[in-house]
Amino acid sequence: MPTDIQPAGGEVRELSYAEAIREALGQAMEADERVFLFGEDVGVYGGAFGVSGDLVHRFGTERVIDTPISELGIAGVAVGAAITGMRPVLEIQFSDFVTLAMEQIVNQAAKIRFMFGGKATVPMVVRLPGGSGTGAAAQHSQSLEAWFAHVPGLKVIQPSTPHDAKGMLLSALDDPNPVLIFEHKLLYKMKGLVPTDAYRVPIGKAAVRREGSDLTIVGTSLMSLKAEAAAARLAEEGIAAEVIDLRTIRPIDFDTVAASVRKTGRLLIVYEGVKTMGIGAEISAMIAESDVFDFLDAPILRLGGADMPLPYNPQLEKAAVPQEDDIVAAARRLKREE
Amino acid sequence: MATTEAKAAPRERANQRPELAALDDATLREALRRMHLIRKFEEEAENSYMRGLIHGTMHLSIGQEASAVGTCLPLQPDDYILSTHRGHGHCIAKGAEPGMMFAEFFGKETGYCRGRGGSMHIADVEGGNLGANGIVGGGLPIAAGVGLSIKMQKNNRVCVVFFGDGASNEGAFHEALNMAAIWKLPVVFVCENNQYGMSMAIERASAVPNVADRAVAYAMPGVTIDGNDLPLVAATAREAVDRARRGEGPSLIECKTYRIRGHSKSDRNLYRTKEEIELWRSRCPIRRLEDELVGHDRFDRGTLEAIEAAANTEIAEAIEFAKASPDPDISELTRDVYAN
Ligand SMILES: Cc1ncc(C[n+]2csc(CCOP(=O)(O)OP(=O)(O)O)c2C)c(N)n1
Ligand SMILES: [Mg+2]
Repeated sequence: MPTDIQPAGGEVRELSYAEAIREALGQAMEADERVFLFGEDVGVYGGAFGVSGDLVHRFGTERVIDTPISELGIAGVAVGAAITGMRPVLEIQFSDFVTLAMEQIVNQAAKIRFMFGGKATVPMVVRLPGGSGTGAAAQHSQSLEAWFAHVPGLKVIQPSTPHDAKGMLLSALDDPNPVLIFEHKLLYKMKGLVPTDAYRVPIGKAAVRREGSDLTIVGTSLMSLKAEAAAARLAEEGIAAEVIDLRTIRPIDFDTVAASVRKTGRLLIVYEGVKTMGIGAEISAMIAESDVFDFLDAPILRLGGADMPLPYNPQLEKAAVPQEDDIVAAARRLKREE
Repeated sequence: MATTEAKAAPRERANQRPELAALDDATLREALRRMHLIRKFEEEAENSYMRGLIHGTMHLSIGQEASAVGTCLPLQPDDYILSTHRGHGHCIAKGAEPGMMFAEFFGKETGYCRGRGGSMHIADVEGGNLGANGIVGGGLPIAAGVGLSIKMQKNNRVCVVFFGDGASNEGAFHEALNMAAIWKLPVVFVCENNQYGMSMAIERASAVPNVADRAVAYAMPGVTIDGNDLPLVAATAREAVDRARRGEGPSLIECKTYRIRGHSKSDRNLYRTKEEIELWRSRCPIRRLEDELVGHDRFDRGTLEAIEAAANTEIAEAIEFAKASPDPDISELTRDVYAN
């Protein structure tokens, strides 16, 4: 059980990841009239992945706004609204299209507070469906979160469960900084327990999903779920893997990772984004630069996306990102290393 | 596509409108063949999807055949086109092989992109199709670059770029048209205005009613035409293509049309009415041209049926070819990321 399914008040029931996000949006819009949702096809269409659903019928077209196909423009609209007292939630239809909005997010949203000497804040939330596995090919399947983790001024989160999707979105809306939420497309239909209350799950705090003493597997987003499944298989062969769901990649919760690696002495990092220059490199370097390095009994292993654009053919697509079998195999290898 | 234009309209075409009279029988036959190929390709793509043969999504252009085929009629084989996510029609209109298209669709090694690109990225580089595009508006600035390259190499080619009404609200649209205009590039911008960008009706997305109204801002000719009227599309495209080839610069053509199917496979059509769809179904560009041709005695029904039947056979063979083709080899996963 995740450490933070605390009785938040209200009942707990099963929701899909998409429904949990919608519930959070609805609760935030009810509680705070500054909150509004906008993006391409978020209105009557209900969002490309059905996340906004019926919200336009509940809150009207003034608070659930369909935009033209103008990613740079809509990101700028979020910035402008945020610095003047609103709480925009922007949906970028596929995270890949954020490449068209980079200017406003990277040069404006991330830097305005600092450049203005702390005299402005940019409390905007950007939701970005990402990841592969739907046969959408190279321009609709990327995992670009690490790019944004390289930008001071932004926060970047990747909830992997319906529970966290709701709680972290509500935390993002409380946050006075721009927060980017990368939602893996394959998670939207997954179900999990979600309290009815408007509870918060903190940004910047990883979750230990499974305890173990033989090795630590740090995963992000969908990969942390794959890591949990792999850990269950490893347990059957007597390998006790500890699984950490990173949940936030900026600011990274190094303390949780460090405590685990001090205990296990072995670390495997799994993420879907391209392996090179990715999240795994950052965590490895943080370990190497700290006293935790002395606790390592084996070299760190990374499993990430292949160094290539995502292919269309389904077998190639699968081969281009880590799968459960790859995690099991890497964990076995790591366990054998001295 | 090789086209033969009537030097002087033959007598029997005297009472035909000039756009139709300008097209000789062979050209019309080929245009009809390509429109049928597109229609049938899309219908069979849809069937294949339903039967689980296709893994990703797809965007069908049923109802938009005339804008694709009419625009490509005046093009030479070595002219270029750039296409969109709704690009199967453009690809066939430029002369691609349906078999290699289906193979791409099925993710096969024999596909145009060796199974790596899929529906949204089909490119027929040798045939002058520089690719469909998964990014709305992605092709527009590339077209300006192709136009610049043609101009620098003085090779007398022309580049046509297709894009949707929705794409005209991307910044890339404005940047591309401006550059093409200031440098007088041989580019024809063809907006297929099917009246929606996904669920967003053009009236809600744009403050001006016609995309071609924007041409004024770039000092280039802009016309809005009935995009379901093949002879009219062909005549309009010819004028713009000739102008581009003469070095007089770019044009913007807006073809008003309609997509009969949903935006993609996940569309529930919540943003438009059944009546509207039915109205446009009755404006089928293929039947309309056929009726006009029969009305003027250019072709009899039997000939038209034979053209359609031949196209159906060609598509059936294309599917068989694709089905029988091999999948890519996983050991070649990272091939072609870089050129050597
Ligand atoms: C930059 C970008 N934004 C959004 C999308 C998602 N999307 C794909 S097609 C489409 C609608 C495009 O409308 P239009 O340009 O009118 O072309 P149509 O689909 O009508 O042919 C949208 C929003 C995308 N692929 N790329
Ligand atoms: Mg459109």
